Amino acid sequence: MSNASGTIPVTGRYRLLGHPTDLAGHVDALGPVPLPSGRQRGWREWFVSVLEASGLAGRGGAGFPAAIKLAVAHAAGPGGTVLVNGMEGEPASDKDKLLLIRAPHLVLDGAQLLAAATGARQVIVAVPAGREHVAAAVTAALTERVGTPHSPVPETIVRPPDRFIGGEESALAAWVDSGRPLPSFRPDKGTALRIGRKGALVQNTETLAHVAMIARTGPDVFRAHGLVEDPGTSLVTISGAVEHPGVVEVDRGTPLLEIANRATPLGTPQAMLVGGYGGAWVGPDQFSTPYASLSLRAVGATAGVGIVIVLGEEVCGLMETARIVHYLAGQSAGQCGPCVYGLPAIADDITRLARGHADAGLPARLERRLTQVDGRGACRHPDGAVNVARSALRVFAADVHQHAGGTACGHWNRATQLRFPAILRAAAS
Amino acid sequence: MTVRILIDPVACDAYGYCAELLPEAISLDEWGYPIVDGKPLPADLVEVAKRAARDCPRRAISLRERKGGH
Repeated sequence: MSNASGTIPVTGRYRLLGHPTDLAGHVDALGPVPLPSGRQRGWREWFVSVLEASGLAGRGGAGFPAAIKLAVAHAAGPGGTVLVNGMEGEPASDKDKLLLIRAPHLVLDGAQLLAAATGARQVIVAVPAGREHVAAAVTAALTERVGTPHSPVPETIVRPPDRFIGGEESALAAWVDSGRPLPSFRPDKGTALRIGRKGALVQNTETLAHVAMIARTGPDVFRAHGLVEDPGTSLVTISGAVEHPGVVEVDRGTPLLEIANRATPLGTPQAMLVGGYGGAWVGPDQFSTPYASLSLRAVGATAGVGIVIVLGEEVCGLMETARIVHYLAGQSAGQCGPCVYGLPAIADDITRLARGHADAGLPARLERRLTQVDGRGACRHPDGAVNVARSALRVFAADVHQHAGGTACGHWNRATQLRFPAILRAAAS
Repeated sequence: MTVRILIDPVACDAYGYCAELLPEAISLDEWGYPIVDGKPLPADLVEVAKRAARDCPRRAISLRERKGGH
């Protein structure tokens, strides 16, 4: 959490952060959450229309429209679960931890709204084992809400193992259902996830906080921020070669460089990693790209889970990429061959490239492996690794050319500017 | 009616029988796992594809049929 200290609120009325943390202060500042009173006629139609009009897209990585996800869960019938995804497996992300600590009632309000709209009978909050400070904040909030009108359906906390893949929504639902945190093969994403025999609606904590805000303010206040086709604000965790790493709340559409500047880069950024370890490197010629789904896709990146990592000078972007792919390889759930064998092979190729140990066949082999691994897992874990690797070959093309000729990168053995869990950092440095 | 091959990557254990039976539509990557192109199967391959699905020791292959369309 040390990196999540710098919270800079957006201007204007709509913001997720900066409100009181305790229940009384939360209600005082934002007003009561507009839950239905009893079986209030027309409430569900009102709530769905507000969510649809807001255009809210999920903030957990896939950017899936929240209203459509709600409709899929509703179609699975009543009696299900709203699962609050606080797993935040990305090592460089702090926004979900921050939200659960600073604004737990906003997140829980969002979950209760979705529970009311789907007829769910419970809310479950997932916080990884080991993150005791987050769990303590959530538990304190749950205790405040018990027996109040704020928690019409029961709210509990669960503690799955802390794995990168543990936050993948089908893996999380599977863990709650059976104790096995494994992604499932779902060719048809229009089918609801299940816990027991009932539907499960899994939403990221930030998405839920937006749901709770939008239900209070109406869609227009949300849409006053961001772009017409990609409205609202987003939490972004900035790290890397910056003076003030932390979480900022930005309007969608804010240029990447402007976001990075809020954390004060150290020197001139060489590149930025946008969207997390399954995201993409963006070079200086594209630093003005708006932080929005369509614009980021056009440069091969994604808003992903809200991560911007600034890569400073005098560090090897290829070597950093090799560390990322090695990390992702180690975090595979181990179910699918292309992921199990492909990711270590790709990481190895990139390491050889950075160290000047490339054989003549390496570039073609690496290209073939990237093509063959892409899209061949049950979940999108391997696709993310391929995406970040491909972006590195593009953005660090000059380095690739130089190293493929047998010249090691002068910076390959510099300490990483990326954040990894402690064990990996020791192994990779 | 169009038919596509769908491989469940969790179930698949790289036995490779499918690629031997149906080399026209299934190739193997360097680790022995099947690659399908996702295109509709030519009509004359559908029967062989059904056999490949039946013969898979891991039951990892399914055929997706869709009426009309492409």
